[in-house]
Amino acid sequence: MRSFAPFVSIAGSILIGGLITGCWERPPIASDQRGYRGTAMVEWQNPRELPAKLAANAAPEIAEPVPEGGPAASTIYKNVPVLGQLGVGEFTRTMVAMTNWVAPKEGCLYCHKEGEDFAADTLYTKIVARKMLQMTQAINSDNAQHVGVTGVTCYTCHRGQHIPQNVWFTAAPAKTATRMVGGDGKQNQPAMATALASLPVDGLTPYLSQAMEIRTASTTALPMSGEKRNRQDIKQTESTYSLMVHLSEGLGVNCTFCHNTQSFSSWQGSTPQRVTAWHGIRMTRSLNNVFMEPLVPVFPAERKGPTGDVAKVNCATCHQGANKPLLGAQMAKHYPAMSKAPVPAQPAEKVAVAPVVAAAAATTGSKVKK
Amino acid sequence: MEYQNIFTRVQVHALHEGVPLPTSDWWGRDGKPFAVYWFGKFGDAQVGPFYLGSLGLMSILCFFIAFEIIGLNMLASVNWDPIQFVRQLPWLALEPPAPEYGLSIPPLNKGGWWLMAGFFLTLSILLWWLRMYRRARSMGLGTHVAWAFASAIWLYLVLGFIRPVLMGNWGEAVPFGIFPHLDWTAAFSIRYGNLFYNPFHMLSIVFLYGSTLLFAMHAATILAVSRFGGEREIEQIVDRGTASERAALFWRWTKGFNATMESIHRWAWWFAVLCPLAGGIGILLSGTVVDNWYLWAVKHHVAPMYPAVSPIVDPALLQGVSK
Repeated sequence: MRSFAPFVSIAGSILIGGLITGCWERPPIASDQRGYRGTAMVEWQNPRELPAKLAANAAPEIAEPVPEGGPAASTIYKNVPVLGQLGVGEFTRTMVAMTNWVAPKEGCLYCHKEGEDFAADTLYTKIVARKMLQMTQAINSDNAQHVGVTGVTCYTCHRGQHIPQNVWFTAAPAKTATRMVGGDGKQNQPAMATALASLPVDGLTPYLSQAMEIRTASTTALPMSGEKRNRQDIKQTESTYSLMVHLSEGLGVNCTFCHNTQSFSSWQGSTPQRVTAWHGIRMTRSLNNVFMEPLVPVFPAERKGPTGDVAKVNCATCHQGANKPLLGAQMAKHYPAMSKAPVPAQPAEKVAVAPVVAAAAATTGSKVKK
Repeated sequence: MEYQNIFTRVQVHALHEGVPLPTSDWWGRDGKPFAVYWFGKFGDAQVGPFYLGSLGLMSILCFFIAFEIIGLNMLASVNWDPIQFVRQLPWLALEPPAPEYGLSIPPLNKGGWWLMAGFFLTLSILLWWLRMYRRARSMGLGTHVAWAFASAIWLYLVLGFIRPVLMGNWGEAVPFGIFPHLDWTAAFSIRYGNLFYNPFHMLSIVFLYGSTLLFAMHAATILAVSRFGGEREIEQIVDRGTASERAALFWRWTKGFNATMESIHRWAWWFAVLCPLAGGIGILLSGTVVDNWYLWAVKHHVAPMYPAVSPIVDPALLQGVSK
């Protein structure tokens, strides 16, 4: 037996060592303190992943500006209800930019049918594109509390693809749900959406499409009675948890980006980013209900989800793993068509892309380091 | 240096039948004892005789029913696919009824199976407890093991029965499942405002970590004096001997105070028993007496108040909507 012991120890060490190294990232890991000391409010960044993150979130060059003025697009073209007020030069510039952002391969023909007048609304893609323009304008003009002065363009989500990489559908009910045995199919399955937890898989439909109450913790120390009693339960909390996992994954941040985990519900210990996220959740819900849902009859069947629903927006649609989409590059201000009230275009300048850590630091507002 | 080894060095190969059984046990004991060399490496080499008895048989039967209900429900949730069952097993669960069913009996696939599994599992555990109690009594032992087990059963009953009944719905109970019960724990803590501010949770952690510390200290002490015959702990309670004297002096030298051969086992027993006992009280108070432990801790000056990162207010208060 004596001869076995070293063998067992060595084999065990190799096994355990292998398991550990498979699950961790080697040091050094850059840390950025974002809250009071001792609260573990820290953002982590693997510096070796930074170049890939910068490349994946690089903003494209701003299109060459055109001279201001000129006749309005509506006086030259027919059927331009959304961008008719735009000068014809800016209108053309916008069309070219949108093509590059959304359908660089197909060009104009992705939305305008070959051989037909530009005014024709034959292709569904054109109807969708018009709705998406209105949506972008609504984001930039009505949601400053979430998008600030940075705003969004088509590129923020599309990145050169017809369909943004991160869209979501409501899943079809599980087959087993109606049987005598079997779970409800809503949770307890490995899913990347819940970071491989067993939380409810769909943490989006209840909050980003419907308006289920997100808050579950009580606002009083002791239970209240009657009407004031907090009837939110543990299952509801698991659902909220699932939504929060999505926020965290979609933005590439920890819980502590917004929360002091001493109390997830308390606003007193939270960061200003939590306020931004609060507005973001409401914005996303309104985008899905006001702009995406009405497109159900427009989209062909192959573009729809398993329940016949339309592709919807979540945090990852714009953010794509960065706490500021495109790392905070201010593209929208160079494209007046992206806002409701057209303003003259500013001179083009190369959009500077700040490193992620710097971008994250810039969002902190006032840092508390004591 | 035989005694300085992490493995057990001594194996006794003479099989022993034990004490005679009282005549009241009609089932009796089963099987002829035999020795397994590898079992002797970490425990007693002897296997059997095993006492099943009517309580043991009923307990195993009830456990089997609960185990089958849980397993078949999990299998059904992956559409009876055995491969997916194995792959997804850590995620699969049998969930309690939704809160809207209250304490009523819901349809089988809406939590009815959970109630049934819980009933049989509880019955199985209680029968097993009775079995441990009666086996100890029939041999003339104290019932310390049974009461330590009862402490764990207390926590189990609080989580799955007593607290859900007080809260008025089965939905408050824990799902059966590997990851699901862990996620439930995290959600429970968030719903009730951070369990770390629950003083009974704090006590439970003290006794949990304390148990491991005591276990390590005691085991290490006895192994360290085994060259002086230190494993003969029971005799040494009254007749200390040099092993006991040295062990005691070691601890007086290093920390000024020591347990005795008797009291160390009482320390360990109470630490172990108080862990689930305190934990069960903490769970029982959550939602019934205290609804947000963080706010409770703020009220009683337990939670530290940190300076705000930057002054912000709940946007829902500004807009008059919370959703």
